[in-house]
Amino acid sequence: MEWLRELARRFRMLVHRREFDADLEEEMRLHLELRQEEQLQSGMAADEARAAARRRFGNTTYLKEESHFAWGWEWFENFLMDVRYGLRMLRKAPGFSAVAVLTIALGIGATTAIFSVVDGTLLHALPYPEPEQLVSIEDELPGVGARDVGMNEPEWQDLERSGIFEYVSPAWFDENNLTGAPQPTRVRLLIVAPNYFALLGVQPQLGRAFNREDHSPGLLTEVLISDGLWKRSFGGDPHVLEKSVRIDTDLYRIVGVMRPGFDAPGRTAEERNVEIWAATSFYGAPMVDHPPRYRRNLPTAIARLKPGLTIAEAQSRVDALVAALQKEFPVDYPARNAWTVRLVPLKERLVGNVRQSLVLLLGAVGSVLLIGCVNVANLLLARASARGREMAIRQALGAARSRLTRQLLTESVVLSVLGGIAGLAVLFSLKGFLLRILPGNLPRLNEVSISWSVLLFALGASFVAGAIFGLAPALHAGRLDITHALKQEGRGSTGSGQRARTRRALVVTEFALSLVLMIAASLLLQSFRDLLNARLGFNPENVMSVRTRLPEPNDTAIDKYKTAPQEAPFLREVLRRGATLPGVEEAAIGDSASIPLDQSQRELNLIADGQFFFTLEGRDIQSDQPPVAERSRVTPGYFHLLEIPLQRGRLFNELDNEETPAVAVINEAFARTYWPKEDPLGRRFKSTRTGSPWIAVVGVIANARTESLAEGEVPQVYLDLYQTGAKRLAIFLRGHLDAGAIPGEVRQEVESVDPTLPVFDAQTLKETVAASLAARRFSMEMITVFALTALLLASLGIYGVISYIVSERTHEIGIRIALGATRGNILGTVLLQGLQLAIAGAVVGLVGALIVSHLMAGLLYGVRPTDPLTFVGVAILLMGVALLASCLPARRAMRVDPMCALRDA
Amino acid sequence: MHRDEIPPGTLYLLILKTLARTGEMHGYEIANSIQRISEDVLQVEEGSLYPALQRMLIKGWVTAKWGTTTGNRRARYYQLTAAGRKQLSVEMSQFERVIGAITRVIEAV
Repeated sequence: MEWLRELARRFRMLVHRREFDADLEEEMRLHLELRQEEQLQSGMAADEARAAARRRFGNTTYLKEESHFAWGWEWFENFLMDVRYGLRMLRKAPGFSAVAVLTIALGIGATTAIFSVVDGTLLHALPYPEPEQLVSIEDELPGVGARDVGMNEPEWQDLERSGIFEYVSPAWFDENNLTGAPQPTRVRLLIVAPNYFALLGVQPQLGRAFNREDHSPGLLTEVLISDGLWKRSFGGDPHVLEKSVRIDTDLYRIVGVMRPGFDAPGRTAEERNVEIWAATSFYGAPMVDHPPRYRRNLPTAIARLKPGLTIAEAQSRVDALVAALQKEFPVDYPARNAWTVRLVPLKERLVGNVRQSLVLLLGAVGSVLLIGCVNVANLLLARASARGREMAIRQALGAARSRLTRQLLTESVVLSVLGGIAGLAVLFSLKGFLLRILPGNLPRLNEVSISWSVLLFALGASFVAGAIFGLAPALHAGRLDITHALKQEGRGSTGSGQRARTRRALVVTEFALSLVLMIAASLLLQSFRDLLNARLGFNPENVMSVRTRLPEPNDTAIDKYKTAPQEAPFLREVLRRGATLPGVEEAAIGDSASIPLDQSQRELNLIADGQFFFTLEGRDIQSDQPPVAERSRVTPGYFHLLEIPLQRGRLFNELDNEETPAVAVINEAFARTYWPKEDPLGRRFKSTRTGSPWIAVVGVIANARTESLAEGEVPQVYLDLYQTGAKRLAIFLRGHLDAGAIPGEVRQEVESVDPTLPVFDAQTLKETVAASLAARRFSMEMITVFALTALLLASLGIYGVISYIVSERTHEIGIRIALGATRGNILGTVLLQGLQLAIAGAVVGLVGALIVSHLMAGLLYGVRPTDPLTFVGVAILLMGVALLASCLPARRAMRVDPMCALRDA
Repeated sequence: MHRDEIPPGTLYLLILKTLARTGEMHGYEIANSIQRISEDVLQVEEGSLYPALQRMLIKGWVTAKWGTTTGNRRARYYQLTAAGRKQLSVEMSQFERVIGAITRVIEAV
């Protein structure tokens, strides 16, 4: 502990250092005076006595310094001195300071903004206790190419009993109708095991969580609700715990309200914004009672590892368990499926999708910051030549080179920290705006904030930036040749050869970085444009979709819409009423999978309705994994409403009903995939679910990009809604619609047919299409902004360097002109210099761009990562900009008056 | 009068010993005391006492407080601490070891 006490003493000295110095001074003075008096008493003359005393004492100034240095703070005092001096220098050159601080502010502000997003989503641990023990359990059948296939109740029990996990909870996302609050609402529901909240380690803000020991069959009659639902539907009523609600007509008791900001750890925004948690042990009606192992009816599962167990250890034990189960149940787990269970860190499941884009953005904004640094470095170098004499004089007066270097570095760090503070100030004031432009489906959005780690990052980035752009000028100052510098009159621009070389190198770097950014941006832009221009195959103009949902009670006795025939009258009535609404020309109904390009429902469709596995009639079953296709159920008017043309056969019509054989319309991709050389009309297939009827193909429609803008050939099958029925419905309307009035009008019509149904998610199809591009649009726009900023900064940089070269060479240019060089020659020489820099930058940049474009290949569409046109085009554009930026100084060079130039020099 | 430079590294020892003997002293007194007791043989560059005293303050071997001299002037008095006493014995034994070794070397036949 002695070193701590010593440190404390040193600190006390630092705080009271003026007092310390005064004490020392007084002490030494006393010593000298006493000695002098002693000498006087021995009969010396006054002068002589003082001289003798001094002689015996030694060099007072030196000794005072020694005593002061003994405390070890001189580096700090020098630093303070340099900071003060730096600030003074900045005040003396307000123009330079403003430009430099602004550049850095821009760079640090933007970088910090992006970092705060990266920090909140990728870096921060999940907001649960011991988050590293949380995993997502993902079942895969790589042998048949199936990923994330989900699990079932027996497997869940196996995992629970394996001793590997503290808790395991399947999670089944669904939507339901909530009645009992003023208006029927559609709610996002998560069905979990009773141990779910214990697993996550979270407590509700009100009431209690499920009893984790409760293993009674069927669904527990208790639910927990989210803070949002509590405030929205129950007005934040503190007595909500005594209330019962009907969820899909079944009665439940609310036992708890979760904290605000508590999100379920899901992959999509829908899965995260859960509003109601219900619990079950996944057996007993309405669940399938102890289903066979090959039926994977539980879509996802999360788990908490036993304390002290790492994911790798747990994974190897799970692998052993899987191997044992495969041996025990060879029929359920055929070897060719190669069933595996993967443990993935829970955070990875949440943010895995956005990592690539975010890292790309951070890289892009970091490059902008770097380019900004290079520009400031250039400015500093220009100033350094003006300050050459100052540095020379300081050296002549005994300043050590290392000391000068340190002083200049401190000055640049001061500059950079000022910039950083300005950047943060802007960031704070724009916080609300910036959060709004983030795509809403970004995971962990509510955890994005300007936290301490973000502030620390900004500070660190400022320091590093300052060191980067200060390094070149500082090192040059250290290498200054004093005699040469002092001999020069006026502008002491020495060492200019070397300095100019550094400046050129900096500009080349800048250009290389900008080129990389520009190429990345233009690849993304082209991808985006291609996506926008992709032939949709359907017409989204003047179409709106409004969603509703029929309840699926566990008690089938109270199910009004149990079968398709029971549902059909409802559908017909809603269609009839919908068609009479003002402006409506056509109406159709489909299930939620039939909404073109609706991203928000994709996962839910898979989870709730499952993938559509089928077998073809007369075809040998080749593997256990049957073919799978995108399946939608629609009313006959759907195709005409969306203007998807019929190619062959017929569409559904009024004659198709529950009595007649089941029919299907398929798209060309489906026909080509499954009946490549045959006529698909009249062919039959059926769902792999037991008891499913054969379905006959009656028509083939053209391919339409209703599943994904990026994919034009997805096999799709449409079934007749009147024959199949569906719970999650979308009402489509085409015509001259008033987008503001339609939701209310549709609600009224639906409620007059059945007042317990929720009506929600009214959207124009154009909005749906745009929303499907939102994430792409965001990264594309951000990268483009960064690339343009980079281009601007780089052209400023090249302008600066060429101007500098011209002013350095005024004398030489004067001589050349006097000797007969034409203005054209001069112009050419100067422009050539600019061009050389740009070419060097482009060569380096092209290499960098090749690497980056390969890394971002996953974000591209329709354009190859090495698209030669883009690479060459952007390089030429950049050189054009370089030429333009060199033009101004070149014209100045051209107009040099030889008389003036020679006289002045 | 001939004066010898003090051997390097012994300044701490001299100061520590002086303070141990007399209790508390200010810088001038320490310088005088060393000189007197060594019978004017050891010459300390008087000023160099002060950086040494600062270093000893940092190490916690001595403490300093302001007082008044007999001539009624303000002076900073230094006093040995427990750590200083311990250091003194360390330096003493070290010094004796070195001197002993040197003596053995020069007296060897």
